[in-house]
Amino acid sequence: MTEWEIEFDRISKSFFGARALSEVSFSVGKGRTLGLIGENGAGKSTLMNILGGVFTQDEGTIRLSGKQYNPSCPADATRAGIAFIHQELNLFTNLSVADNLFIDGFPRIGRLPFIDKRRLHKRAAELLSFVDLHVSAGTPVEMLTPGERQLVEIAGALSRDARVIIFDEPTTSLTAAERKRLFDIIKRLQDQGRTIIYISHTLEDVLQVSDAIAVLRDGCLVNTGPVRKYSVDRMIADMVGRRIEQMYPARSTIPGSAAVLEVEGVTQPGIVRDISIKLHEKEVLGIFGLMGSGRSELARIIFGLDSCRTGRISIRGKDATGSSPAASIRKGMAFVTENRHQEGLLMEAAVSENLDLPSLRKFTRLGPARIIDRSRALKFANRIAETLRIKSGPIHTQKVRNLSGGNQQKVVIGKWMLAEPGVLILDEPTRGIDVGAKYEVYGTINKLAEGGVGILYISSELEELTGMCDRILVISNGEIRAEFARPDFDQEKILQAAFSGRAGYRTPSDNSGN
Amino acid sequence: MSLERNRLTHAVLNNTPLLLFALMFIVFGLEAPQSLGYQSLENAFKQASYVGIIAVGMTFVLLTGGIDLSVGSNMYVSAAVAGLAMQHFSVGPWLALILCLFVGAAFGAVNAFAVAKLKIMPFVVTLAMMVTGRGIGLMFSKSRAVNFPDSVTGLGSAELFGLVPYPIVVFAGVVFCAWLLLERTAPGRQIYAVGFSKEAARKAGVSTDRAIVTAYVLCGVFASLGGFISVAQLGNVNAGFGKGDEFDAIAAAVLGGVSLFGGAGRVFPGVVLGAVFIQAVSISLVSARVDLYLHPLIAAAFIFLAVLIDSLRNTYLARLSRRNIRVEE
Repeated sequence: MTEWEIEFDRISKSFFGARALSEVSFSVGKGRTLGLIGENGAGKSTLMNILGGVFTQDEGTIRLSGKQYNPSCPADATRAGIAFIHQELNLFTNLSVADNLFIDGFPRIGRLPFIDKRRLHKRAAELLSFVDLHVSAGTPVEMLTPGERQLVEIAGALSRDARVIIFDEPTTSLTAAERKRLFDIIKRLQDQGRTIIYISHTLEDVLQVSDAIAVLRDGCLVNTGPVRKYSVDRMIADMVGRRIEQMYPARSTIPGSAAVLEVEGVTQPGIVRDISIKLHEKEVLGIFGLMGSGRSELARIIFGLDSCRTGRISIRGKDATGSSPAASIRKGMAFVTENRHQEGLLMEAAVSENLDLPSLRKFTRLGPARIIDRSRALKFANRIAETLRIKSGPIHTQKVRNLSGGNQQKVVIGKWMLAEPGVLILDEPTRGIDVGAKYEVYGTINKLAEGGVGILYISSELEELTGMCDRILVISNGEIRAEFARPDFDQEKILQAAFSGRAGYRTPSDNSGN
Repeated sequence: MSLERNRLTHAVLNNTPLLLFALMFIVFGLEAPQSLGYQSLENAFKQASYVGIIAVGMTFVLLTGGIDLSVGSNMYVSAAVAGLAMQHFSVGPWLALILCLFVGAAFGAVNAFAVAKLKIMPFVVTLAMMVTGRGIGLMFSKSRAVNFPDSVTGLGSAELFGLVPYPIVVFAGVVFCAWLLLERTAPGRQIYAVGFSKEAARKAGVSTDRAIVTAYVLCGVFASLGGFISVAQLGNVNAGFGKGDEFDAIAAAVLGGVSLFGGAGRVFPGVVLGAVFIQAVSISLVSARVDLYLHPLIAAAFIFLAVLIDSLRNTYLARLSRRNIRVEE
């Protein structure tokens, strides 16, 4: 009889009516490692956030070591002995390793308010030697490599005596040696009786470190069982499955032959390697990649937000290598970023101001002052708002902040429609908006393509890409791994290609190819 | 990535004040050797002590990622209150000093409340307090100069054991206390954590409000102490007292390697050198008979250099910590 550390019992959670988790039940044995897998949006993060006290479940219960557990905030989870090692590390790089480990509870000299440096360094050194990090406790974190920093974060979890440690995609930026070290540490943590939840898209790693596997899909637990029953292929098959059919508006155009965007051999060390893309007019070209595959970084490079070391980019035949974003816009490119709140919209400004922003040049009157003709700008903005059916009050007074997510996204797309680009890059255009609004966004995208725009559609939602695109390129580990034309779309094959770069990149034969 | 090269770059970027100081020694040592004698260095330290004390207080605030523009007005109000108390209620010098520090702390507490609780931007809060403080001071003193008795001015020129001038002794004491607090206590380390990232600090279980309040109140106390030292040297407080000192204090802290982005910088040796540096440069420029009109330009050039290095440091660190997607082996 296994002793359970964590028991999830019929956990359900909805966000604004959309089911994120439904009746998920499984248990993790004490001192065991559970590999938790699923596509993006399958509910892994939601479940872990419930465990971490960030969200509260609508229904169901969690038990820790048999006792009811209801965290109301992240601090409760920490007190209960749950630690997260996130992909984005939570360290103070300006402080020393020792300071980072004990920032919320320094050892003191007796009852004096002073830090006991000797004890601090001694305890830090013990933790560091446990995680195999051989640097002095006084070293500033800013001098460590990403891999070493991760070890500091694990040591931090140990300093708070965590019983359950959750690793979220921990190996993305580690070298082969660092990975092996991480796995050794996980083994040792287990031997001490600590329980591990290991979340990753690198399925071979999951197979290697886990004792048991749990697969989530669309908020439901598909399968769970001991690791010996699983292979990479079975895991992928479980993750894809069939799901509720989302309807996609029919496409009426076929891509033209003229290339509007050409990317040739773009390489940026550590980010992407030898990327070549040809996007035609009226084409919707999908780029599929898992989290951390380089899909968003590639978009930033193409748009000119980040630089690349080698390679050529041209927009409508004009060279755009090394262009600034402003120059890219002038040459006819537009970019809808994945975080519309931070980068895509002026939340406090009116809908019309947001729509007009990239095309203000068009609305200037003649003369040296180039004053903006507001009524003409408003007329154009109104026309776009009507075309896209943006549900809003009068668009010159309605603040964008008060619109729904779907309508906000339409404003983002609408502002680029007004600018009449030749190339539109969409990064996760339907993230966080409800099903009905998604459908309208899809319709908008089709309308743009019919108007001659070439669209680079970046998404981690495979379903969406197969419904919307003429072609799909699969990116993994910063490289393009496969290309699929519409008749050959097969979710399982695409997913396999997306996983391939990760699973394969440590086999010797593949290494030489890098 | 070579760790050795990293170490060297780090050493250079983290020890800007020492390097600037060394550079100054070499240049002025060649141009005007007499300006580096014991006497002129003592002078530099003595003149630096009151701005230095304020700069130490300013350092706390800068470390949290904030700024305090109100220290000059704080000096004025707290010194004027102390002086008026001595004039009208014949308060003794020590009680006057305590009163002065108390007013300074209250001044800092108002800033702290507005920044931590009302979530107003530090720049705006302290700008408003700069104007308010000046107004209150003028109201109390009816814009007349407040004279201090000999019991206070005597302190300004006295020397400990007939050797070290009192302002330098106080400066040294302040630096030691600040060093102890920042390097050796939990609230001190947490101020650095908050300055690096408020959000991350909160997640790590640090009380960010407490760190911010500590910083602004201490800044207020040190500002009023610096003001008192200055009064002891000058003898009276006029309507312009402390005006512009906030910028000297910020300049001293920045020259001392305190980052305007928050989270980086040390009181010792950094800020001490920064404060002395400014005075030493101006003394040396005088003794080297450099055109008076050039002095501000030269000081500005040094400050520009310090801020530029701060900015370079941040860019460099950001590059180091960027996570890669691919592992290139």
